[in-house]
Amino acid sequence: MFDNADAILLARIQFAFTVSFHFLFPAFTIGLASFLAVLNGLWLWTKDHKYLDLFRYWVKIFALAFAMGVVSGIVMSYQFGTNWSVFSDKAGPVIGAPMAYEVLSAFFLEAGFLGIMLFGRDRVGPTLHMIACLAVAGGTAMSAFWILSVNSWMHTPAGFEIDAVTGQFLPTDFWQVIFNPSFPYRLMHTVTAAYLTTAFIVGGVAALHLLRHRHRRDKVSPATRTMFSMAMWMAAIFAPVQIVLGDFHGINTLEHQPAKVMAMEGHFESHEAGAPLYLFGIPNQEEQRLDYAIGIPKLSSLILKHDLNAPLAGLDTIPREDQPPVAIVFWSFRVMVALGFAMLAIGLWSSWARFRGTLFDSPMLHRAALAMAPSGLIAVLAGWITTEVGRQPFTVYGYLRTADSAAPLDAAAVGTSLIAFIIVYFAVFGAGTYYIMRLMNRAPASGEASLKDVTNSPTRTAGTTPAQQHPTRNPHPGE
Amino acid sequence: MPIADGVSFDLTVIWAFVIAFAVLVYVVLDGFDLGLGMLFAAEPESDDRDLMMNSVAPVWDGNETWLVLGGGGLFAAFPLAYALILPAIYAPIMAMLLALIFRGVAFEFRWRTKRWRRVWDLAFIGGSAMAALTQGIALGALLQGITIDKPARSYAGGWWDWLTPFSLTVGAAVMVGYMLLGATWLVMKTEGPLQARMRRRAWMLGVVTVGFMGLVSLWTPFLQDGYYSRWFGGWNIVLAAGVGAAVLALAFGMFRTLMVKHHDYWPFLFALGMFILAFAGLGYSMFPYIVPTQITIWEAAAPRNSQIFMLVGAAVLVPTILAYTAYSYWVFRGKMDPNEGYH
Repeated sequence: MFDNADAILLARIQFAFTVSFHFLFPAFTIGLASFLAVLNGLWLWTKDHKYLDLFRYWVKIFALAFAMGVVSGIVMSYQFGTNWSVFSDKAGPVIGAPMAYEVLSAFFLEAGFLGIMLFGRDRVGPTLHMIACLAVAGGTAMSAFWILSVNSWMHTPAGFEIDAVTGQFLPTDFWQVIFNPSFPYRLMHTVTAAYLTTAFIVGGVAALHLLRHRHRRDKVSPATRTMFSMAMWMAAIFAPVQIVLGDFHGINTLEHQPAKVMAMEGHFESHEAGAPLYLFGIPNQEEQRLDYAIGIPKLSSLILKHDLNAPLAGLDTIPREDQPPVAIVFWSFRVMVALGFAMLAIGLWSSWARFRGTLFDSPMLHRAALAMAPSGLIAVLAGWITTEVGRQPFTVYGYLRTADSAAPLDAAAVGTSLIAFIIVYFAVFGAGTYYIMRLMNRAPASGEASLKDVTNSPTRTAGTTPAQQHPTRNPHPGE
Repeated sequence: MPIADGVSFDLTVIWAFVIAFAVLVYVVLDGFDLGLGMLFAAEPESDDRDLMMNSVAPVWDGNETWLVLGGGGLFAAFPLAYALILPAIYAPIMAMLLALIFRGVAFEFRWRTKRWRRVWDLAFIGGSAMAALTQGIALGALLQGITIDKPARSYAGGWWDWLTPFSLTVGAAVMVGYMLLGATWLVMKTEGPLQARMRRRAWMLGVVTVGFMGLVSLWTPFLQDGYYSRWFGGWNIVLAAGVGAAVLALAFGMFRTLMVKHHDYWPFLFALGMFILAFAGLGYSMFPYIVPTQITIWEAAAPRNSQIFMLVGAAVLVPTILAYTAYSYWVFRGKMDPNEGYH
């Protein structure tokens, strides 16, 4: 019923599914951890309660998102071996070390201080609690550093030789392995994406509560205004930065993985003097052409080569068996870029509104910000799909094919686990997302309850929101 | 054999100890919080459950990170072993990962809903039980041996090979052992009627744990000749008897201190001691094989420059991790206070 190709296809679907789900959580929590550290710092510095309220509001959401990131991440650390054992055996000597560094320098740091960050404020005092917040934020950033280094190595392998007997990749220079050619660009682009993701979620939540009280401005708390303002600052600053970083990353990709860029651009054909930027088209990989193409002449050469008439090679220079699936890369790239420019638009619009003094009084802006709340998550996924599918048909680009990387498993085994993952992920993470959205649906209260109040109150009746029932009962214990 | 090469010998053995240490720390730390999860089933009172869960809420995430280090470390230091073992225990590993998802999210989700709290409590119990069972099964499957194609560097068995009476027995043993750790942890962390119940449960679980340890210890040497000669060959029988006596002595200490009201810490420490001894015995059975009895640690090891590069980091970071993990436990030390939220 099944053959080996089915088993590999199922393993690929399973990996894509589990990694995509997982990636959404860190994309959100990397930025949120930093945001929380900033909020806590501002609270300690200014003693303005709105910052503490915001900290307590977002830390509950963080705890949920972080837990989901942890449990979906453990899956990843074992799936390399269970489903991609040949890849693990061959690439392990090179990428195993940076992954071990990720666990040692990042995961433990996050996990070790998370408990203190969530529950320990009264036990350790403000200074150590602040240090715990910084350790968690630093841990998430460190984690991004190492895992993106490993991922980049799979795109632009460097600093290795291949063992003639075992076929293993053997490290010759770890500096080159870690700082491989695409790593600096990928790191900056991805971490900025994580910050934008968080900014747009925070901004969207603030916009929801601004809209809800658009006829009763006095009911909008200072905390809500502050988080909207902070989020819009982030959008205004980092959306343009991200577009520039994306351009650099694209130029780097053109240098090292030209086939990926050809697929992104839909360039099946080579262009001697200036390649067009296709805005639309239906990639037809069978016939090796872009159907119904609508393009702007020479613009692609301008973007990629910074020269209108620069020649650009197309997929006609790449053997068919080495081409990535063009349609997926072509479309996911367009989704990412479109969202990037929409973010830029929000950044500019909010800056204009801020300049005019109408940042908190512009329902149209707030509606747009609310609509854009998930934009970062979608853009991150689209970008991730672009780069990962664009790496195909290789796991280690140019050296190890995906088809040669998989574990010797029966398709039935992988099919069963894939179905189990799909059911469990949608059920469990669906519930988690619902709980997060329910928390977001409530505006940050003045005298927001701490997470410890939620989990430790013996007289709790509803479990979720004791502070709403007794808003003045326990405003700020110990502070 | 690279065993003659002094430096390679040292580094590979050091890494084998580092990975073994990570797995041991995982087993004892997540052992008590998985065990606590299973004990949830016997404590239907909502307040007791809140207290039990809060006793591990600040540390469970750190505990589970040792599992990531065990897996990630095996990948980094012994990539061939990682590539051979994990496909062999595909089904139990997948079940474990899914189980850990259920129990991990339960820590957060159960506070977020009233209507569904029972459901997430069930997820916590079921996830903890399944994770413990599958970890035991995985251990049993590795001990009994896996089919490999050595020249092809590939697993060569089927995907049900792990399922045997032995692996199921080890699975049950690990479940009971984890529950013992959980019960003695709660003796340490709680007071009053809950603590008294945990003392009684720990007694019963202790008896069953010792029985399982005896059963698995006597069964293992008959799985493969290498194990037999290691334990029963020549004078080794004396060592076997010594280890058995030491486990019994620790168990005796645990039973004694469980009966004395003011000894709250000792039962947990004695239970930990029993786990450490059992683990050392396992290591002694397997060494120097990492895939018994086919692939040695040297055959599976990462190249020397990888080992050195990682050891530099591990030498600094592992002690640091132990220090701040200890600090975190210290911050949340002492008895759980049911009223802590309101002061």
